[in-house]
Order: sequence, then structure tokens, then C-alpha cells
Amino acid sequence: MRDNNVIETKNVNFYYGDFKALTDVTMNFERNRVTALIGPSGCGKSTLLRLLNRMNDLIAGTRVEGEVIFDGTNIYDPQIDPVDVRRKIGMVFQKPNPFPKSIFNNIIYGPRLSGTKSKAELEALVEKSLRQASLWNEVKDILGQSAMMLSGGQQQRLCIARALAMKPEILLMDEPTSALDPISTAKIEELIEELKKDYTIIIVTHNMQQAARISDKTGFFYIGKLIEYSPTEKLFTTPSVKQTEDYITGRFG
Amino acid sequence: MKWRYLKQQLFLVAVRISALIIAVAIGGFLVYIFVNGIGAISWEFLTQPPRDSMTKGGIMPAILGTFYLTAGAIIIALPLGVASAIYLSEYAKGGVVIRVIRIGVNCLAGVPSIVFGLFGLGLFVVFLHFGSCILSGALTLGILILPTIIGASEEALKGVPQTFREASLGLGVSKWQTILRTVLPNALPGILTGSILGVGRAAGETAPIMFTAAAFFTAKLPTSIFDEVMALPYHVYVLATAGTHIEETRPIQYGTVLVLVALVLGVDLIAIIMRSYIRKNKGW
Amino acid sequence: MSRKVKEIIIKNIFLLFALISIVILGLIILFLFMEGVPIFTVVSVKDFLFGTEWCPTYDPPEFGIWSLIVGSFVVTIFASIIAVPLGVLSAIYIAEIAPPLIKEIFKPVVELLAGLPSVVLGFFGMAVLAPWMQETFDLPTGLNIVNASFLLALMAVPTISSISEDALYSVPQEFKEASYALGATRVETIVRVIVPSALSGISTAVILGMARAIGETMVVLMVAGGATAIPESIFDSVRPMPASIAAEMGEAPFRSYHYHALFATGIVLFFLTLGFNLIADYVSHKFKEVGSATL
Repeated sequence: MRDNNVIETKNVNFYYGDFKALTDVTMNFERNRVTALIGPSGCGKSTLLRLLNRMNDLIAGTRVEGEVIFDGTNIYDPQIDPVDVRRKIGMVFQKPNPFPKSIFNNIIYGPRLSGTKSKAELEALVEKSLRQASLWNEVKDILGQSAMMLSGGQQQRLCIARALAMKPEILLMDEPTSALDPISTAKIEELIEELKKDYTIIIVTHNMQQAARISDKTGFFYIGKLIEYSPTEKLFTTPSVKQTEDYITGRFG
Repeated sequence: MKWRYLKQQLFLVAVRISALIIAVAIGGFLVYIFVNGIGAISWEFLTQPPRDSMTKGGIMPAILGTFYLTAGAIIIALPLGVASAIYLSEYAKGGVVIRVIRIGVNCLAGVPSIVFGLFGLGLFVVFLHFGSCILSGALTLGILILPTIIGASEEALKGVPQTFREASLGLGVSKWQTILRTVLPNALPGILTGSILGVGRAAGETAPIMFTAAAFFTAKLPTSIFDEVMALPYHVYVLATAGTHIEETRPIQYGTVLVLVALVLGVDLIAIIMRSYIRKNKGW
Repeated sequence: MSRKVKEIIIKNIFLLFALISIVILGLIILFLFMEGVPIFTVVSVKDFLFGTEWCPTYDPPEFGIWSLIVGSFVVTIFASIIAVPLGVLSAIYIAEIAPPLIKEIFKPVVELLAGLPSVVLGFFGMAVLAPWMQETFDLPTGLNIVNASFLLALMAVPTISSISEDALYSVPQEFKEASYALGATRVETIVRVIVPSALSGISTAVILGMARAIGETMVVLMVAGGATAIPESIFDSVRPMPASIAAEMGEAPFRSYHYHALFATGIVLFFLTLGFNLIADYVSHKFKEVGSATL
């Protein structure tokens, strides 16, 4: 069982200045599973997600206590370079954020800067990543065009492909469909099903149906605390905590 | 009720008149300079050196000198200013150091131009023994426009969406590579626009070059950065205030003023147009 | 070398670049003092600042810059009297009243005014305004306080206008809506809500505009007339500090007392404008801390 855990947090507290955004979060994430994090706005779910690949380092005045264990090491150990962590733990953001470059150059941006120079290799990587993100057929003839020309849904799949090109072990997704229309959302959800064969996915979502549809396990957060963490089906049908039940039945949030 | 209405109308009138005064002042000024100066402009005026104790001939050496000084100033100020702005925008995380740097930049921006002149005289001309020359003048002007470049560059860097940085860092790209490959290329048009405004400022300044570079008259064109030069703004000043031919050289003065104004405002106008073009057409 | 070490080195290299403004300010102070302080071997600080006789070429010379300081303040104050209402009102016009099209045109016009080389304004004052004033008002000279103040005002207006405008823009929309919802008219909203909310920003603008005027050289050099006496009328000539430095440095023998005295005048001018800038910085910083713009 222990082998199945890819990344885990141990007694994590997180502060924005004096404000404590996460309190004593201990949680493990299993390999080749989709784990959803849900909860009302400001509950700390996105904070936790960004903490898993040290994206919170970018915000001034933040502080972490506790440990995040990945590959047997604490990624908050002072010896660890966050850049190495992020190469193995990719991230897809709330709003699609392609660079104002061509589709091709968006994909190879990461690999090239981490040392892949061969043109053939890069080209193969572009095709593979775009296929994995189910975008290849739509863009294979316009790889040289600006990524800004794509629709929102296509841009988001491009961002997923861009993250996959780094061959990460884990893919973090921060409300990846919140800026998209229903059809694009459905496509991304299908994609997530597909991707979990090769990757571990942790997704933050506002949309409880989405969590119910795509995830294997769900964690419910409220005011910075992990209230309940169980298999998705159980959490949505027979929650064991009153607050969870109130939330999923729409009594608050 | 009527008095309330009247008061408000008076206020609106005052506001509109203020705007009108400014518009008329600058419009009238430009027209006046153009009308009086255009007669002096000729091919000879732009391409020949002055003759007969500067009462005849052209202003080519002054145009050339202003070009050298301005180009030198921007070559010095651009790398320093952009590097400064990168620190302020990308690395600094608040705190005392950043506060002190910012006050420093603001205070440097407020130093009177004549004090820059004294500083250039003290440091470059005297202490470093460069003498009064292109190098001293360009260094002085470069320092003068440094805050302009820092300000514009910082604004341009801040204008690059945070999501670009996140996307790049999220891919496991280092901070420096993120700045070099993503932030800087996207900020470049804005940085250049700001730098052009700096060019306009440097080209029009007189006081900083009076003791550091500018010459009343040079018999030949400069051949090295250690030569003195003539410069357009100084030429205007000299013709208008010194010598015995002030009235006689009025047409030349107006012509020089027109060339200087056209040069400076033309450069500013390019920057303003570029900026509004960038704002409308940026891809994010 | 590990990537982490390299990143830290790069960061510190940029820090060094960022410190250059401070270093230059330090060097400016150093060189002003190096070249200026020797004057105080022949005249006391008090006599230098408050002495009313500025006759550096007489034998024995007199180095009292009081009339120069007064000259600087007089033209700055008169320039402010003209520039503050013009600048603030035109900012209100751009920010709150002008239709979009006029705004699009007017803003660049103000920017162009800011870009006009001062020597050009000085030239205009000499060649056009001065003869006209002399004739119209039957004065001994058109190169006087009024003429210089008017042109300095033109130089200060863009500073005052553009910074005030930024301050007006940063007033939160909610304030305006609250005022309109209470039945206030547009003018009442501007006068009673928007302008008071932007007041510290506008104050900063005014202070920086005055700093610009007091440090401006070419206009006062060419147009203020150059008299080294305490003025008695607004049509008198004066010799503000920058004008004195610019006009005399060319003739002052290298490292003579006259040369040192001009650098010492530069010290006074530098710290005067530094004071203005620090006050402006303080006012705008305080404003940022209490303003709702931080929320």
C-alpha cells in the first residue's frame, strides 16, 4: 500500500503573512489516480495544490511548516531546488495561459530549456504531447501559428500538452475548466480519464459534479482544514462528517 | 437650487478653460515656431557647418553632435536601466532595500539638470580627466535619463501577465530562464517605447552638457569620443544669448529651434504612437 | 556550479545594478561637496546662505547667495500660482469630464508639452514674450519674474497634470457610485468625493511640479533677467540659483573660490529639490497605506 503513494503532505501549515491558510493538513496521493480537492472559495484547496510543486514560493511573505514528501524526500528541504520539483510535478492553471508564441514553440519551451536540443527529438515530443492531450488532429497543420489564435478549450489542452512534454510524474490542475464552455469541459474531462493511465492527477475544482465524475478520491476542505478524505463515491453518497454533507447538499458554499 | 446649478456650471467652465489654455498654448507655440522657423530650413542649413562667425551657413555639426550625445546616453542608460528594473520587478520582494532603491530612483529623477551638469563636470571632466567631450556629455545625459528608463522598463515588465511567469516556472524552468525567455521578450516593446522617450529627453537637454561636452563652435567634426561637440540645444542658447549678432541671426535661431523641436517631439510622438499601438495589439 | 547557486548569483548581480541609482546619488553628493566645500574656508555657511551680496568677481569678492535663493523661490511660487490650478483642473478634465476622443488627443498633447526642451521655451521667452511685455507694459526689461514664472508654469503643468490624473483615476469606482446614488450631481461628486479622495496624490503632483520649477535651468537662465538683488516688484529681474550656476561656471577659473561657490550653490539647490522629492515620496507613500487602493 505504501508503494502506491506518490506524494504526501505531513502536518502542513501554510501562512500568507499572518494569515494561516492551511492548518495541519496530512494527506497522501496515490499513483495513477485522480484525486479531487473540493470546498468553498478560500478554503485552502488551491493553496494546497500550489504547495505541492512549490508554486507558492512566488508569492512574497508566505511560509510553510511541515513536510511534503515526494520521491522519498521533503521538497521543502533547503537543499532542494524548486525547479527540479516543478520538472517532475507539472501544473495546469485556472485560465489557459499559453505564451504568445507558436503552438510548436509553446510545447518545446520547457524541454528545450531543460536541455533537449535535438530537433528530431523535439518534433517527436511535440507530436506525442499533443496526441496525449487530444489536440494533435486539430492543430497538426497549424503548428507554426500563434497559440493565441486557438479557442479557450484548445488553449487549455495546449497547456496540458505543454505540461506533458516535460514528462512529469504528477499533473496538478487548478480548476482547469472553470474558464471554459461545457463542450470544452467535457473534452478535458475525457482527457483526464485517459491521462490517469500514465500520470497521477490532482485536481482542484469548484464543480462538485465534476469531482464526482472524474475522481477516484476526494478531499473536502473547509477554512484551511482537510475535513474529510475518502473514495469519491463514499464522500458523495455517505459522507461521514456533517460539514461535508452540508456542503455537497448545497447548504453552504 | 438655481445657485447650485450656476456654481456647477462655473466649475465646468473653469475646468474646460484650463484644458483649452494648455491646448492653445502648446498649439500656438508650435505654430509660431513653425511659421518663423520654416524659412530658414534648407538643404544647405541641414548639411553645412556654420560660416562667417555663425551668422550664415548651417547647423550640421550641431545635429551630428546631438546625435552622438543622445546615442551615447541611451547606450549607457538602457542596459543599466533595464537591469535595475528587472531587479525591482522580478526579484525584489518588498522590504527596506527595495524601499530605499525606489526612493533613490525617485530622488535621482528629481535632481535638477544643472546639478547633473555640475556632477558631470566634477566626476567625468575633472576627476576622471576625460575633459569636456562626447564621452563626458553622454555619461552625464545617460545618468539623467536613467530614472526614465528604469520607470518605463519596470512598467513594461509589470505589464507582462503573471500567468506567463507561472506557466514557465510551472514547467520547471528556472527563474532566470523565465525572465530571459518569457518576461523580457514580452516586455521589450514597452521598454523600447520608454527608451525612446528617454532619447527625446536627452536630445533636448542643455544644462547637463554645458560644462561637460558642448562647444560654442568647432572647426571640424569630432573624430573621437574625446572631442568636444556642438549640440542643437546649446547652439540655440549660444546664438540667442551670446555674441554681437543676436538680431542678425534670428532666422538661424528660429530654424535651429524648429529642427530641435521637430526632432524631440517627433521622437516623443513615435513613442506615444508605438505605445498606443502596443496597448491595442498585445496578444494577452 | 549548481543551478541554485547560479540563480543566487544572478539575483545579486541584478541587485547591484538596482543599487546604481543610490550609488549615483551618493556620488553626486560626494562631488558636490568635494568641489563646493572649499568655499567655506573664506565665507561662513551663514554668510553664504544669508549674505545679500553676490559679487564673486569683485576684489574682495562677496559670496552671499540670499538673493539667488529668493529669486528661485519667487519664480517658483509665481509659477505654482499659475501652474497648480491649470494642472489640477486639466487633470480633472481629462480624468472625469472629457469625452473619450478629446481625451485621446489631449493626453498626448500634455505629454508633448512635457517633452519640449526647456531651451526652446527659454528662447521663446527671450525672442517673443520679453519684447512684447516690455513694449506693452512699458517696462525697462521684459526679462523678469513674470515672464520666467509663466514659462516655468508651462514646464510644471505636465508634471502636475499627469500625476494628479493618476491619482484621480485611482479613486475607487464605489466612491463615485455611492455619491451618485445619494443624488449628487457630477460636479458635486468631483468636488466633494473624487478630489478629496485623491488629495494626497494631487499634493504629490503639486510638490513634484514645484520641484521641477525650482530646478529648471534654461528658462530662468535666459528669461529671468539675471539681477542679483532682492526683487521689489514682479516686473523686476532675478537670478535664481540654477541660472547663476549655468551663467557663471563657464567664466569661473578652475577651482577658484568662484568655482567652489557655484558648486556650493549646487549643494543648496540639490538638497532643496531632494527635500521636495522626499516630501512627495512621503506623502504618496502614506497615501498608499491608508487609501483603499491597497485593498
